[in-house]
Amino acid sequence: MSTKVVEIPAVWLAGASCSGCSVSLLNAVAPTVKNVLIDPVIPGKHLNLKFHATIMAGQGEPVIKVLQTTQSASKGSYLLLIEGAVVTQDDGLYCTIGEAGGKHISFKDKFLELARDALAVVGIGTCACFGGIPSGKPNPSGSKGVKQALAEAGLKTPVINVPGCPPHPDWMVGTVAMVMLGGLPPAEALDYAGRPKAFYGKLIHENCPRRPYFDAGQFAKFTGDEGCLYQIGCKGPMTYADCPTRLWNNGVNWCVGSGSPCLGCCEPTYPDDLQPMLEKINEERLSRFQIKTR
Amino acid sequence: MAQKIVIDPITRIEGHLGIEVLVDGGKVKEAKCSGTLFRGFEIFLKSRDPRDAQFITQRVCGVCPIAHAMASTLNLDSAFGVSDKIPDNGRVIRNLILGSNHLQSHILHFYHLAALDYVDVTAVADYNGNDPTLNSVKDFISRGALEPFVPRYEGDYRFDKKTNQELVRHYVMALEMRKLAHEMLAIWGGKMPCVASICPGGTTEHPTIDKITGFLWRLNKIREFIDTIYIPDVIAVAKVYSDHFQLGAGSGNFLAYGCFDLETQNPDYTKRKRYLVQGTVENFTLKSLDASKIAESIKHSWFEGPDAIHPSKEDTVPNRKKTGAYSWLKSPRYEGKVYEVGPLSRMIVSYLAGVEPVKKIVDATLSELKADVKVLNSLLGRHAARALEAKLIADAMANWVLELKPGEPVCAHYQVPDESEGMGLTEAARGAVGHWIKIKDKKIERYQLVVPTTWNASPRDEKGQPGPMEQALQNSTVKDVNNPFELVRVVRSFDPCLACAIHIVNFKGRKVSEIRIG
Repeated sequence: MSTKVVEIPAVWLAGASCSGCSVSLLNAVAPTVKNVLIDPVIPGKHLNLKFHATIMAGQGEPVIKVLQTTQSASKGSYLLLIEGAVVTQDDGLYCTIGEAGGKHISFKDKFLELARDALAVVGIGTCACFGGIPSGKPNPSGSKGVKQALAEAGLKTPVINVPGCPPHPDWMVGTVAMVMLGGLPPAEALDYAGRPKAFYGKLIHENCPRRPYFDAGQFAKFTGDEGCLYQIGCKGPMTYADCPTRLWNNGVNWCVGSGSPCLGCCEPTYPDDLQPMLEKINEERLSRFQIKTR
Repeated sequence: MAQKIVIDPITRIEGHLGIEVLVDGGKVKEAKCSGTLFRGFEIFLKSRDPRDAQFITQRVCGVCPIAHAMASTLNLDSAFGVSDKIPDNGRVIRNLILGSNHLQSHILHFYHLAALDYVDVTAVADYNGNDPTLNSVKDFISRGALEPFVPRYEGDYRFDKKTNQELVRHYVMALEMRKLAHEMLAIWGGKMPCVASICPGGTTEHPTIDKITGFLWRLNKIREFIDTIYIPDVIAVAKVYSDHFQLGAGSGNFLAYGCFDLETQNPDYTKRKRYLVQGTVENFTLKSLDASKIAESIKHSWFEGPDAIHPSKEDTVPNRKKTGAYSWLKSPRYEGKVYEVGPLSRMIVSYLAGVEPVKKIVDATLSELKADVKVLNSLLGRHAARALEAKLIADAMANWVLELKPGEPVCAHYQVPDESEGMGLTEAARGAVGHWIKIKDKKIERYQLVVPTTWNASPRDEKGQPGPMEQALQNSTVKDVNNPFELVRVVRSFDPCLACAIHIVNFKGRKVSEIRIG
């Protein structure tokens, strides 16, 4: 029963986030989030989630101490799961995550401190991976992705990016399970943006059920109409994710399925390079993806 | 001597929040609430395509993106001149999306955010039975790595072992129920969190019979859960912690914009017929809502500009070094007074307006608790209002979904005007949310959001009046300063959503002994 279960320590820390990634994680179907928290999610291995501000029972300085003890007791072996961007404005004071010894702790400082001794940093959601929504021009909070923030601090902790606004629960759970099963993924398992190819290996456009409309030149004029949504802003031709085959919320639907264009939310350039959201992708951007346009 | 208690971070809420209170002889003397994140949505929305506001503002909050989708779309409907042209299918689908998220949010709030202040998970260590969920939790406890359920406050867990075990089982059941509510939502919304299908003019998703039945039967499961588990559990907490009816009274003023449009002929949202109605309440007297009476003070907020002006005229100019400020939250006030928003406000406004199903269920609950309507202005009143509202919305949606007409239109077409202004008012699970837009050259010239937690967790205003949550803390007592359960219970009763704010607090020049605890 409970014998010989190895505990894999993990810390989930939120910076400039909306908690949407955490809420999406709650929608995991198999395993469920209960399985992830309570049960050995991989036989013989249990994810010991030491810190997650939206779930944990405790509060205040004692939970800040949990961060310190995890770092010292599990040096080099804990996963650091980051939701939300790294805020750098006013030396990180635009985002503080708690207080200890009378001092405000900025998310930026705590993130860098914990990243130093982590097995790997997993960027959860597009904000953590690439800056995302808060980094939209003029980026008032100085939001950055984890990889950039680590590089600027001269840290070389491995990073796996799991973008999406928010990411599908399978992408998050699957990525953590991948590390629990086989350790850090080899370089060839990740794409140029650090995303696991298992989930981000193909363009939305390649597997879209509306693709036949594109090939036949049948384009929707308004959102909600039949036809390919390319002319009204769909970013499927330049977005890597498996939404059309995986589907969302236990398989009931997905963005394009509901008649609305893909926003390209898994891409490093989201949102600025993909806006206006309801305008056609410009040809120059599209040519990078070698898709024939009409 | 007074003692200062600092709790930062406050966990099990959406976002970043800390509080500082001054306690003297078990009484809270002074309280300040402090959120800790500023992203500046109003700044980066500037000069974007107005249609993008609907997608971007959803990302203010991943717990209540629907409320922002709705507020921004109502805002764009009015700015684009189509607010009175929404087809019934579009109106109903919007209501089903909003209602589904209210259900998921209320269930999540009670079981997964609030319950651990009352329920002792470790009671499952002694479980002796065949329930697979409880046996797996027992295994988890026996392995000894108890995070994230420890550390925690110790002491005031009042339920007996068996009730605690049953409530832990409900905690796990509730995870499935809130997930089911998101599935219901995604049937019409595309996906959740953050939907694709709500758009100016209506929705992009069309009703079909499989979607209608798929929605209805998921809803039926949740209705059964609300009736047989959720409401009884809230009543059980209210009975065992009945002294908490005396804790956490807010300002006593309640404001609701109302939600769930029952018609779309009236372009004025403050006059539109809604299932939960709009209004303001002072001294338990109902008045009609006048949105021009809203103004935001920035006296104690890290912003520059003129003080106490209407959101449609406001700009957002941050200044982290402003003296006297302790918050990234502004202080919205109505007629210069402090108003609370949320399910409690909605229930009280609709109750006093005589909305029949609301009156019926509130009266029945009060008679079971042998209490007067005024006890609702309390920590427990907020939880009760939330649970009752969940039932009212779930029951109403079972009728609304059958009003959908497959094959009929879902959306009115619109043009983006060169210049225009708009306002969108609706309700997030945690309270009134308003968006205001000004469009120039088909671009966003100005965008302002006034969100529920800005009302509730606002700092002191230009007159020095503390915000509703600060007042609620000041209307509380603390039995054990090392385990100040009462404070976190009061804060969580508001279901705060801090994704849009920061505060930092400093009681300068005050002689206090200071403890920093969780």
